[in-house]
Amino acid sequence: MSAATESRTAYLANFARLEQKLTQGDAWFHRVRKEAIARFAELGFPTTKLEEWRFTNVEPIARMPFHSAEFRADGLSSELLSELPLAHAAFEQRCSRIVFVNGHYNPQLSSRDLPDKLIASSLASAIKHEVPSVREHLARHAAFQNEAFVALNTAFLEDGAFIEVPPGVRLDAPIYLLFVSTADQPIASHPRSLIIIGDDSQASIVEDYLAIGEGAYFTNAVTEIVAGKNSVVAHYKLQDENEEAFHISTVDVHQARSSNFTHHSISFGGALVRNNVNVALDGEGAECTLNGLYVAAHKQHVDNHTVIDHIKPHCSSRELYKGILDDKATAVFNGSIIVRKDAQKTDARQSNKNLLLSEGSTINSKPQLEINADDVKCSHGTSIGHLDEDSVYYLRSRGIGAKEAQSVLTYGFANDVLNKMKLDAVRVRLECVLLARMSGGHTQLEVEGQ
Amino acid sequence: MLEIKNLHASVDTNEILRGINLTINPGEVHAIMGPNGSGKSTLAHVLAGRDGYQITQGEAIFEGKDLLAMLPEERAREGVFLAFQYPVEIAGVSNMYFLRAALNAIRKHRGLDELDAMDFLKMVREKMKILDMDESLMNRPVNEGFSGGEKKRNEIFQMAVLEPKLAILDETDSGLDIDALRTVSEGINRLRGPERAIVLVTHYQRLLNYVVPDFVHVLADGRIVKSGGKELAHELEEKGYVWLEESAEPVKSGANH
Repeated sequence: MSAATESRTAYLANFARLEQKLTQGDAWFHRVRKEAIARFAELGFPTTKLEEWRFTNVEPIARMPFHSAEFRADGLSSELLSELPLAHAAFEQRCSRIVFVNGHYNPQLSSRDLPDKLIASSLASAIKHEVPSVREHLARHAAFQNEAFVALNTAFLEDGAFIEVPPGVRLDAPIYLLFVSTADQPIASHPRSLIIIGDDSQASIVEDYLAIGEGAYFTNAVTEIVAGKNSVVAHYKLQDENEEAFHISTVDVHQARSSNFTHHSISFGGALVRNNVNVALDGEGAECTLNGLYVAAHKQHVDNHTVIDHIKPHCSSRELYKGILDDKATAVFNGSIIVRKDAQKTDARQSNKNLLLSEGSTINSKPQLEINADDVKCSHGTSIGHLDEDSVYYLRSRGIGAKEAQSVLTYGFANDVLNKMKLDAVRVRLECVLLARMSGGHTQLEVEGQ
Repeated sequence: MLEIKNLHASVDTNEILRGINLTINPGEVHAIMGPNGSGKSTLAHVLAGRDGYQITQGEAIFEGKDLLAMLPEERAREGVFLAFQYPVEIAGVSNMYFLRAALNAIRKHRGLDELDAMDFLKMVREKMKILDMDESLMNRPVNEGFSGGEKKRNEIFQMAVLEPKLAILDETDSGLDIDALRTVSEGINRLRGPERAIVLVTHYQRLLNYVVPDFVHVLADGRIVKSGGKELAHELEEKGYVWLEESAEPVKSGANH
């Protein structure tokens, strides 16, 4: 029996144990879980023979005997968490914060006071209480038929966030969802979030995936976002897992008429990272912006797969992903734009730019346009380059040291992605983390302009 | 301040500087003129420390130190500044961030406290006025989307902020209209002082009507073929460079004091 088959069998046995714990209120979702695990049993883990996984080999995940995330690390303090660069804003700012530790909701670390009208809770309890909107939307947008990891997440769903903003509500403060791994044990967690933004509403949601400590673990996250008519939604997905971690995430977005959705995807950490973002522009005049930055060094591998599906006419999409690769890091960008037959007047632009800081780093960049309408504007572009020597010389001729010149230029390269972020607290923190990464740890000096 | 002796420099196997001798003292303004391809810009970049040149003979001593042995950033921190003929655009990095990083690197080297954002801004505002620069330029990425004139002004502005001991201005006048030329010249003149030396590298004497040099040197084919006072520039303007190339004999030292 191969390692992958063995691992599949182990997941199936884990599922049987999970089923015994399910209670009465879970019945409706139990049926969905069963479908998902059955589908996973058929699919197994994807192999590099599949076009969508050609450059990303998930065998290390399949091989690893991860436990289900029954393990909790209670007793984490908010002081400790707030020291993590990316979590900082969630504790400093006036905001709504929901914290999950190893996939489990942690009420002590989460905000007590939520704005009126906002529903923000644990998804597990929303499933138990059979909240109608959860029944209506959960697992309706993130399809697991052909996605083994979504199937696994659906089958093993333990917890995550349920956010519902009723129609006509404008939330001033962002909602922070912190997913913290304590990484003391090789566990698998399958965080699942459902975010429903009502018609004419406005909200910003930040999903942070962070690690405390060292050691391998597996995060398999799925987020479904429903953007109502005329809504404005900003979604930040920040990932700074430790360098042994496996991180697979899927964000599925459904946009109604005239909605405006912006996704910021920032990947710093992880040994093996795969981010799937799928946006369905399913209403006339909907707009989406996908804005990504991936930074990888050593032997990190980061793969961004995006699909923007123009279903209805007069929709526009803007996509910019930038990558910074050093040492022997490898990255994949696969950006697919589909224009359906009826989606006339589509306006889609895609760009992927990569900065290679070493000879040993590799990027596989692949735009995919599938256009079935005739009156559309679509463009895409890819660039791969090294630091410009003239620019380095120019900075050095002004007194800036060679190493700092490199970090300043790299920061400059990434800056237009960060500048698109409207949440200043998040942007400033990311700038610090980025500069620290570039200069090997001298965050403070760099930020102070030294 | 700077003593260049028998400097030879090549790119690949192509010798471009073929024995430059030049002495520059504090307070002096030197103009280096010459036709295209004479080696003017090469000399400027060799002094600033650009990669890609092989120094095959000679030396350049700056305040008693071997300038050519220093890294470009060390030269800048010691007080050498080159205003580029083609200033480089730096995407995503604001002029403010860039210039403060540069100034603080230099200040640190000199044992001075680093300036915080507020003090820096105060200092910068005064210098911007002199060069008639719009404050919004500070928040824009370095040279990106700047007009030719704005780029040149930005170079002189950087010089005003960094206060070098030796400033080498490479074709700062090229591409400037007359108003911009006046503003830039005014900026340069304000920076003249007994402690500072300025080298104007230029093809035309136009700039020298506004920034009057103490010495003019003519560079041809990698050597200084003639040196003189400011009148030499006028002579060149009238007669062109051909006259010189015909009658030239290499001179041993540039400026004699």
